[in-house]
Amino acid sequence: MTQWSGYFGLIMQGALVTIELTLMGSVLALIMAFLAGLGRLSRFFAIRALATAYIEFFRGTSIFVQLFWAYFVLPFIGISLTPLQAGVLALGLNVGAYAAEVVRGAIQSIGREQYEACTALNLGRWQGMRHVILPQALLVMLPTFGNNAIELLKATAVVSLISLADLTFQAQVVRSQTGNTLVPFTTILIIYFVLALIISWGVRSLERRMARGLDGVRV
Amino acid sequence: MSAPIIKIDGISKSFGTFKVLDGLSMQVMPREKLALIGPSGSGKTTILRILMTLERIDSGHIQIDGEQLYHMERNGQLLPADERHLARMRQKIGMVFQLFNLFPHKSVIDNVTLAPILTKGIPRAAAEKRAMELLDMVGMADKAKAMPAQLSGGQKQRVAIARALALQPRIMLFDEVTSALDPELVEEVLNVLWRLCSETDMTMLLVTHEMGFAHDFADRVLFFDRGKIVEEGKPDEIFRNPKQERTQGFLKKIIAAGHRV
Repeated sequence: MTQWSGYFGLIMQGALVTIELTLMGSVLALIMAFLAGLGRLSRFFAIRALATAYIEFFRGTSIFVQLFWAYFVLPFIGISLTPLQAGVLALGLNVGAYAAEVVRGAIQSIGREQYEACTALNLGRWQGMRHVILPQALLVMLPTFGNNAIELLKATAVVSLISLADLTFQAQVVRSQTGNTLVPFTTILIIYFVLALIISWGVRSLERRMARGLDGVRV
Repeated sequence: MSAPIIKIDGISKSFGTFKVLDGLSMQVMPREKLALIGPSGSGKTTILRILMTLERIDSGHIQIDGEQLYHMERNGQLLPADERHLARMRQKIGMVFQLFNLFPHKSVIDNVTLAPILTKGIPRAAAEKRAMELLDMVGMADKAKAMPAQLSGGQKQRVAIARALALQPRIMLFDEVTSALDPELVEEVLNVLWRLCSETDMTMLLVTHEMGFAHDFADRVLFFDRGKIVEEGKPDEIFRNPKQERTQGFLKKIIAAGHRV
């Protein structure tokens, strides 16, 4: 039985890598989501086209292929990435493309009367966006952002294919060393689930905090 | 006689194939209080929205305070206005909407201070002091910290008025500001308009269905129908003794609907 504690340590190391990937990937995804989401609403055709191309391309191709491309193909044009860098890049760009549509949709869901109030108060385009539209749109984005973050967490498993020692990778190590399939894979199943729950709770409490005052009940 | 503060010269505006304004011309003198009345779709709200630059005109010219609104004069030529020109012109104009359009995520006082802080660079403390004076004038000082969702419609509209006043416009546009209110809340908003009317020298344009109020408030009443001014004159002339058949018909309908004249 003693050997299991060692293997459990391996899996916990993998969990840390998965968490690290999820956090870093989410930050990149968030940045890309706002860049591309706002880009799609730009007045300038070139920016709109660029944003649309990014979104369609990264939604329309497989995350596996994107990851392999970042890790195996980029070195041919002189860009060598560590497995972690390639993983963060692929995950962030992929999920960012989905989240960009969330940003755009949320901004467009804010009623025309809010934009008109901004014009009547002579706020500039960016001032209105920053102080009036985005704070309200953020609340609309949050639940779907939670979904996106959980998708990203689950997608981190693909990095095991480029030998990054995440949860899934470590489970395979344990399986090959012990011959036991049930224990390692059930363990990581539970760990993925718990991590997803934590994201859910986090997003929901953020949502509650941001909605405060909007319904006229709490201040 | 001084120059008009608003000079509208042959403007037309269509939405699709529907011509809302058809070669409309009119002038408004400084400090004048104008009531714009007429059936829905007659173009009266569109005029306010055009003056606030919420809709663009298809043709014609508008001068505010002697300056072109939608055109810029460059080397003797008239060019379409750019965003900077529009922003400068908007400083002269404020607008209050039928549905208040408050910012739901900001407290009452933040609604009032946001634009002065951002557009005029007024320090927060000074902006808040001024906002409290304005909220006091509209009877909302005790609700400064409340969120819009906690207010009644009449209270929201009074905050919206304070918010528009905070930018110290010379012209105020009121677009059916009591139409969305429960009957018992109409008066508190009209009272605020009364105060503005008697205590400030702003030019005020009021689109309204409150004929009694329009009669008492306005220096001049314009009756609109199908994108044109059908009849205009002193309130007494328009309400007691309308000359045009369409004005008579409209007022008859309004009175039948229970509005006091």
